[in-house]
Amino acid sequence: MAMFSQNPIMNGPNYSFAEAPKAAMDGLREHRFNPYTDNGGSTLAIAGDGFAIMAGDTRLTSGYSINTRYAPKVFKIGGTTSSQDDANILLSVVGFAADGEALQERLDSVCKMYRYRHGKPMSVNACAKRLSTILYQKRFFPYYVYAILGGLDEEGKGAVYSYDPVGSYEREQCRAGGAAASLIMPFLDNQVNFKNQYVPGSGIGHELQERDRVPLPRDEVEILVKDAFDSAVERHIEVGDGLQMMIITKDGIEEKVLPLKKD
Amino acid sequence: MPGFDFSNYNRNAALHARGVPLPKATSTGTTIVGCIYDGGVVIAADTRATSGPIVADKNCEKLHYIAPQIWCAGAGTAADTEFTTALISSQLELHSLSTGRKPRVVTCMTLLKQHLFRYQGHIGAYLVVAGVDPTGTHLFTVHAHGSTDKLPYVTMGSGSLAAMSVFETQWKPSCTKEDAMELCSQAIQAGIFNDLGSGSNVDLAIITADKTTLHRGFVKPNERSQKLKNYKFPRGTTAVLNEKVITKDEIGKYVSVHELESAEGEKMDVDS
Repeated sequence: MAMFSQNPIMNGPNYSFAEAPKAAMDGLREHRFNPYTDNGGSTLAIAGDGFAIMAGDTRLTSGYSINTRYAPKVFKIGGTTSSQDDANILLSVVGFAADGEALQERLDSVCKMYRYRHGKPMSVNACAKRLSTILYQKRFFPYYVYAILGGLDEEGKGAVYSYDPVGSYEREQCRAGGAAASLIMPFLDNQVNFKNQYVPGSGIGHELQERDRVPLPRDEVEILVKDAFDSAVERHIEVGDGLQMMIITKDGIEEKVLPLKKD
Repeated sequence: MPGFDFSNYNRNAALHARGVPLPKATSTGTTIVGCIYDGGVVIAADTRATSGPIVADKNCEKLHYIAPQIWCAGAGTAADTEFTTALISSQLELHSLSTGRKPRVVTCMTLLKQHLFRYQGHIGAYLVVAGVDPTGTHLFTVHAHGSTDKLPYVTMGSGSLAAMSVFETQWKPSCTKEDAMELCSQAIQAGIFNDLGSGSNVDLAIITADKTTLHRGFVKPNERSQKLKNYKFPRGTTAVLNEKVITKDEIGKYVSVHELESAEGEKMDVDS
């Protein structure tokens, strides 16, 4: 078709809205196996005073298809048995599901070995550092996942550590990950850290006082998590079906699964 | 017909060859269906419009008017389905006025396919054309490249496989209006729940020899649940760094100011 076009550029690479050009400018085309799939979904973690909440939707997608409506993204890490009843750390993974599962199994066995060798569970900050090194070990063939680690620190305060796929990490108050991260994170900044909120009438112009950050109670955080996911489901096609929530306190880990919209 | 403006074509083609991706058009990653019954035809569509993985419109209209007794369900690039159906609707109206006869569905389908074939698939309109005319009840599909099909039940869009699975298990020859409506609704819902490109509500239109009935929101299986918290901010929460008040009289020097009696037309669907 393009051969008979009057337009010289039509004889070169054609273009469409859908895709970027497949051939480079010199006309060479590279074929290769792509080992990664994006399985969609979203995660969310918020640290409170004496608790941390980790949440994720349970939909697993590829392209426009739903592979399953119930694939958990939040895992208990470092228990003594397979039931993970005495686990003290939570891990959420989103991105490429196969890598997420591999990473979860890897970190769990590391924590189990630590417990066997030292006779005590791994602390959250130690586990956080270890996860970073595990991710960086695969710097040139990464685990295609956005991981978030949660637990209680040595003072009993909620701790959330977030990671990029190659191991850069940071302790934070809250973090959203995955497909709808860009939809949820601004909401969290505003509602958890009270960003862009000022005390009415506290001053004029630049004198205006920022609203003080106070740690939120657990029931309020649970409401924020549910509302965040309900909103993400409305506007992101890869998020939905179920909401899995794990709440870690000094009394252990509590798990909740709530329904989300299925369209 | 008024042509397209190609003045940016060479620049865009050159940019694209250098690896600049082109802007993403809103596509109605869609489920649309149609089904003939004894005495008429039913077409139906979901109401989700997407832009990549983001839902652009939760309640859009994919059932387009062509003539009083000819309607069209559109999938593909939203703008293309909108403008193509409007263009053909206009041509068909003029044709009907000049011949003094009611427009026929085959005429509509032929006009659509000739228009789309001329643009070699670059107009991304995938349509289900249905209607009743003096020659009988008709149902067609028209693809963006110009090919057409004539069948008793049809599906199109990204949810077409999910919808067709319903037709292939439930459809039977000579069904009633109620059967056809239920079948189309079920087929759309299969798309809504199993195809990520489709979602929200079912729109449905019934076309018979004497009237067309459009059911906007025929089924609403995806109502948003109530928010658990009130997110209303106290007045003064947002920082105001400087302030300038322009009165209506002042702005009237630069633009014409009209007072509106009341907000008319369809209100935007927003959360309270």
